[in-house]
Amino acid sequence: MSHLMDCKHNTELLSQSQDRPLTWRERMAMRMHLMMCKGCRNFEKQLAIIRKAAQELTRKL
Amino acid sequence: MSAIDPDDLQQHRSYLLRYAILQLRDPHLAEDAVQETLIAAIEGRSKFTAQSSLRTWLVGILKHKILDMLRKRAREPQLNVAEGEDENELVDALFKENGRWASPPQTWNEPEQAMENAHFWEVFEQCNRHMPLNSARAFMMREFMEMTTDEICQELSISTTNCWVILHRARLALRECLDLNWFGNAR
Repeated sequence: MSHLMDCKHNTELLSQSQDRPLTWRERMAMRMHLMMCKGCRNFEKQLAIIRKAAQELTRKL
Repeated sequence: MSAIDPDDLQQHRSYLLRYAILQLRDPHLAEDAVQETLIAAIEGRSKFTAQSSLRTWLVGILKHKILDMLRKRAREPQLNVAEGEDENELVDALFKENGRWASPPQTWNEPEQAMENAHFWEVFEQCNRHMPLNSARAFMMREFMEMTTDEICQELSISTTNCWVILHRARLALRECLDLNWFGNAR
């Protein structure tokens, strides 16, 4: 649980969840952290926006 | 009679060029890639089936040309920049020593509306261009060329872990840039 309040580590998990399936343990740790951290919840939403924008851009060029 | 008219190909030229510039960051190389793509398309037009759209087919060819050029460029020593220190610096600046955000991300208002705005796309493209080279290369492969991380690792000859790290830095950098230059302005 040492990582529980570690946003830096948590953003790595959030980012990697776009590249690989996270383990059950990682997902739990991530969810726990997100419940307590507004900054990381915003970061999670923003990652999704960035991915959507990247996909949109190739259509828009 | 062939299914493709060379005039139709020209219509897709500017799209292909912008696609290639985004990935290669070099207008001259991009121009070459597009030229080669159009030539390959004309030579191989009998292989085009109307099952996919012409643009999709052309982009498929272009992706191969871009990868060829990235490979060639990777062999040129001067562009084999060492893992950018600046990329680490960004991460260090974003988080405090205990791992908490130095300045936690704030809500981004109305992202859907941003995507309707031409100026947003200029900012987005600029932010992509300003990413450190290593990050940008991996990120483009992942998000624009929709390659898997395994394919990217192979292409860049890096470990999977390294690939995740690089992609993560790319997203952090892009998020910062968009926050500073677009979403932050609305607050």
